[in-house]
Amino acid sequence: MLAYIIRRMLYAIPILIGVNLITFLLFFVVNTPDDMARMQLGNKRVTPEAIEKWKVDHGYDKPMTTIFYEKSVKLFVFEFGAAEDGRDIANEIATRMWPSLALAVPVFLVGLAVNITFAMFMAFFRATYLDFWGVVMCVAMMSISTLFYIIGGQYVASKVWHLVPISGFDSGLEAAKFLVLPAVIGVVAGIGSGGRWYRTLFLEEMSRDYVRTARAKGLAESAVLFRHVLKNAMIPILTGAVVVIPLLFMGSLLSESFFGIPGLGSYTIDAIQAQDFAVVRSMVFIGSLLYIAGLLLTDLSYTVVDPRIKLE
Amino acid sequence: MPFAPYILATDVLLWLLVGAVAFYGWYCRRRPHLAAPWKRVFQSKAALITSVVLVCYAAAGLSDSLHFRPKLPGGNAYSPEVLSVLDLALAGLRERREKTYSAPLATRLYAKEQIEAPDGKLSREFPRLRHGGAHLADEAAAMSDILTKALAGLAIAGFVSVGMFLGIAPLRRRWPDVPWRAAVATLAAILMLALPVALLAQGYHVLGTDKVGQDVLYQALKSIRVSLVIGTLTTLVLLPLGIALGVMAGYFRGWIDDTIQYLYTTLNSIPGVLLIAACVLMMQVFVDRHPEWFDTAAQRADFRLLVLCAVLGLTSWTGLARLLRGEALKLSQLEYIQAAHAFGVSDARILGRHILPNVAHIVIITLVMDFSGLVLAEAVLSYVGVGVDPATTSFGTMINAARLEMGREPIVWWSLAAAFAFMFVLVLAANLLADAVRDGFDPRVRVGTVPV
Repeated sequence: MLAYIIRRMLYAIPILIGVNLITFLLFFVVNTPDDMARMQLGNKRVTPEAIEKWKVDHGYDKPMTTIFYEKSVKLFVFEFGAAEDGRDIANEIATRMWPSLALAVPVFLVGLAVNITFAMFMAFFRATYLDFWGVVMCVAMMSISTLFYIIGGQYVASKVWHLVPISGFDSGLEAAKFLVLPAVIGVVAGIGSGGRWYRTLFLEEMSRDYVRTARAKGLAESAVLFRHVLKNAMIPILTGAVVVIPLLFMGSLLSESFFGIPGLGSYTIDAIQAQDFAVVRSMVFIGSLLYIAGLLLTDLSYTVVDPRIKLE
Repeated sequence: MPFAPYILATDVLLWLLVGAVAFYGWYCRRRPHLAAPWKRVFQSKAALITSVVLVCYAAAGLSDSLHFRPKLPGGNAYSPEVLSVLDLALAGLRERREKTYSAPLATRLYAKEQIEAPDGKLSREFPRLRHGGAHLADEAAAMSDILTKALAGLAIAGFVSVGMFLGIAPLRRRWPDVPWRAAVATLAAILMLALPVALLAQGYHVLGTDKVGQDVLYQALKSIRVSLVIGTLTTLVLLPLGIALGVMAGYFRGWIDDTIQYLYTTLNSIPGVLLIAACVLMMQVFVDRHPEWFDTAAQRADFRLLVLCAVLGLTSWTGLARLLRGEALKLSQLEYIQAAHAFGVSDARILGRHILPNVAHIVIITLVMDFSGLVLAEAVLSYVGVGVDPATTSFGTMINAARLEMGREPIVWWSLAAAFAFMFVLVLAANLLADAVRDGFDPRVRVGTVPV
């Protein structure tokens, strides 16, 4: 088991190097540091001196190999350098991680519970009108833009009903009142695709032979569903869910920026809009690191939930 | 000539794609085994209804993809403004601009202004619109005027619909399995909506106007093109990459498989939005560095749109490749492929004649499924600031512009509502059609091993 984990972690290294190379190519080779300087300083009336100064300030005046070593290789030891506003990126990430998690974790857990419950409901009433209209509702909800959920929810809950503040954040438990609405919106926006996806999983599981056996034994349909189908469907559900757990750190881009939550999602969006290349580069690296961690966790979770699988 | 055709890259590609689809249809028609799944698809009511809706969208989008520059009055120069056939059809909507916001079907502006009465007195009130309801002598008659026009539109639509119902008899005799009535009912419903709107649009702004007084209905119709371009042209990049790499990985295995798997795991591990953002940011720098490449703003915006499609394609081929790899892996074990090997058939020929046709259903299902996701992604990306050119009218830029006005009291809701409604209908139709296509093409559904 330990040997397997170590081997999988070694597999991650070439992937991370690949990610690093891609970002390096995108950020330094496709466009030279001179172009970036001009972009940052504004295109019109930039003196060559200003560009030189910008490059020296950011350490982009060195040869490409040095830049690669200083900017890309150092990502591996979590040295991200400074953002355009001079703040340390690593520091910023460490503090902004928590608001992101405070929103993403409840959305993830509640969303999972709601989606599975809804899917079980549809599977229980399969091939009836309840199931049909459930699926219709899922497809309709899938077809609505996330932006609509956010804008509409914000308008109704904050402006019409005055239930919660429109946006903002606070430390400690005070944050809860700012997080309720984005969390609810996050869950609702996910019901469409999530509910349908889990319903398919359940129905696929229900067409298996062991379900027929259970029914033939004379078990009630609810017992079949909860004791047999749910347990077995947990394998694909859990392994599908585990892969996103590490990515929860990255936060949600849209919710955070609409609700003014100072997490990593809004940090990323601000960086993109301000064209802060150093931050975007760091977030790309962290994102891929977390994704690879998710893949590793998925493989491990197989062995935990499915006793038939042995990792060698 | 009174106009000079103006060819944009996305126009060409879009029309080529239309041609390719037409060719595929003609090709299928003569081959029963290829036509069979499509026949199954179009025997379902949902598929036919959604196709009618999508054809209406496509008509708007494609007529917006024939660009030209009109000749300036007097002289031989052509206008720098690039128009499309759709602009010509909606010329009234495009030209009847107000000063700023006005509510749907309103006769007065949304903001108060200083108005000087004929006797020289100044007062602050909502001024009359320049065009909305300008034909009315008495403003109070607006309500009855609107109702008359709407009813007239409905009546015409009703007559046309009855005519259509009678007219489909030969079609029903020729293809009795297709639910023609559902199609005609959909068309009738669209007409009942469109004709009153068209009549009203002569004298009013049916969906109001935006901040600079531009008609929202016009903007929404113009946005359709961007959605269609992103939803379809992305496949031009996605397909070759996904098919070639996926099938090769599954068929050849060994180091080729390892390399391709490494490639897509690496690409997949970069969060999608960030990869797109990084590519688009870099492209922006590139565009800024080469202003000489673009004669007009339309060309620059078009280039951005094209690159966005390419970037979306580059980041989303991995899903298709993974599916095809699995399928090719399975297929290459089958007896008929082994028989082909034994006969000494070359790898290229096996891939082309035996593997590709047998994974085609996966490709078609993926394509149709991806469309709705891409349309939704455009809005989000435009919000993040890495979508289409800010000057291009798209659902994303409409939402983005209207979002800032949410704070107004009373709220300006019509731009948002129009963008979301148009997008919702498009995506819903695409999703339902995708389901029907999947049901028609997936062999497992047909055999009944997978519950629908």
